[in-house]
Amino acid sequence: MTQPKRTNGATARPASMDLWLRAGICALLLLASLPAAAWFEDHQPSVVVADPFIEMHTGPGRGYPIYYVAGEGDEVVVLKRRTNWFKIRGPRDKEGWVHIDQLRRTLDLAGEPIDFGAVGLEQFRGRRWEMGMTGGDFDGARTLSAYVGFALTPNISLQVEGTQILGDFSDGLMATGNIIMYPFPSWRVSPFFTIGTGVIKTEPQTTVVQAEDRQDEIVHAGAGANLYLSDRFILRVEYKRHTVLTSRDDNQEVDQWKAGFSVFF
Amino acid sequence: MEGRIQRILLIVIGAVLAAPVYAAQPEDLELEPLVVREPERREVDVDAIDSEDWEIGVFGGLMNVEDFGTNSVVGVRLAYHVTEDLFVEGMYGRTTLGETSFERLSGGAQILTDDERDMSYYNVSVGWNLFPGESFLGRRWAYKGGLYLVAGAGSTEFGGDDRFTINAGVGYRLIATDWLAFHVDVRDHVFKSDLLGTSETRHNIEFSGGLTLFF
Repeated sequence: MTQPKRTNGATARPASMDLWLRAGICALLLLASLPAAAWFEDHQPSVVVADPFIEMHTGPGRGYPIYYVAGEGDEVVVLKRRTNWFKIRGPRDKEGWVHIDQLRRTLDLAGEPIDFGAVGLEQFRGRRWEMGMTGGDFDGARTLSAYVGFALTPNISLQVEGTQILGDFSDGLMATGNIIMYPFPSWRVSPFFTIGTGVIKTEPQTTVVQAEDRQDEIVHAGAGANLYLSDRFILRVEYKRHTVLTSRDDNQEVDQWKAGFSVFF
Repeated sequence: MEGRIQRILLIVIGAVLAAPVYAAQPEDLELEPLVVREPERREVDVDAIDSEDWEIGVFGGLMNVEDFGTNSVVGVRLAYHVTEDLFVEGMYGRTTLGETSFERLSGGAQILTDDERDMSYYNVSVGWNLFPGESFLGRRWAYKGGLYLVAGAGSTEFGGDDRFTINAGVGYRLIATDWLAFHVDVRDHVFKSDLLGTSETRHNIEFSGGLTLFF
């Protein structure tokens, strides 16, 4: 029957490739089921147009043509959102995308105005989750870092960060947990202080002959600033002073500079 | 033998598919007592509206690695659309390195072992949707889509070492439905390598196609 044939086909391919393909297909299937699962719980409110008209585009962007218009007093259903565009079902079951600015003056079915607030400085101040990516310099080596942060209060947030260090003579990985303190969280340029600890793993480049892999604990203190750009974007600049707790007699002090961007939710 | 099994399978599948149809037969349904319902008032909670700002997908194509020839590349991508113009994208790809001309001509000399020929890269880039709009295929079909430019940084691993890598490129996103898009991408991955003696900047062009889902 067909079963053995398929097994043969799979073993003919390199094992890593096969695993990779399978993982990809599984991930895709899993994700394909997500929109379907969300379908049933969707919050799809009906709103009433209060402006003389709202323009329905064929896609979520100003580059897509306007193909229908809903007029004042029309009841429309808000189906979903992408960035600042909302997909609505208007009169005669026409579906199209409307910009948030045009929904700002719509009313709910009881005639009350609805708060279609765009993301702004206020959301930046009250953000809970943020994730970002920075690049920088670690004692002459280049670094790439990614972090996820969660704000306990507007003043204090916790952060987990992974850093890859790419030097001319050695590579390294660093994982740290940080506490960030924002003394002025309401400012658009918001300074912060940070302390944290973690581990650093260093491995020399293969073209370098001597030296072996090392793993050390690391503690650091630093300061930096967040600049709120617009929408969900934050620009971030940071300086850290690391102390590598080596197994040798002396601890090693390392300066790190980095800059990057983050988005918040 | 095979034919019979297929037939049995078809009958089972048919029965499963038909089951909901039987269940929906009017005579099976009991008449519900008539209740006058007040129109349900739903609070409009803008934050609860399903937002689909994430895009995930797979891609495959060809990647030229300087000195090591052109080989197939496969990978995954994840993007977050911050505004209609800007998105942040993370990519992970894998390819295998071929032989350098030196290895081929010298006959037998190997610069890298087989394991070291597996190359993987990751990067995080910022993308800018350059020309959003509709594209037309024949007279009947109009597709949403547009060109985008991406640039970012990441790391490339091969030959036992990681290399800081800058990438930049251009792509076209064809949005087939609200949740499905097709991509064609051309990217340059730039890193420094001293594998062949002196440290040199190397350009590695990747050409790929893929599909993504919005969620």
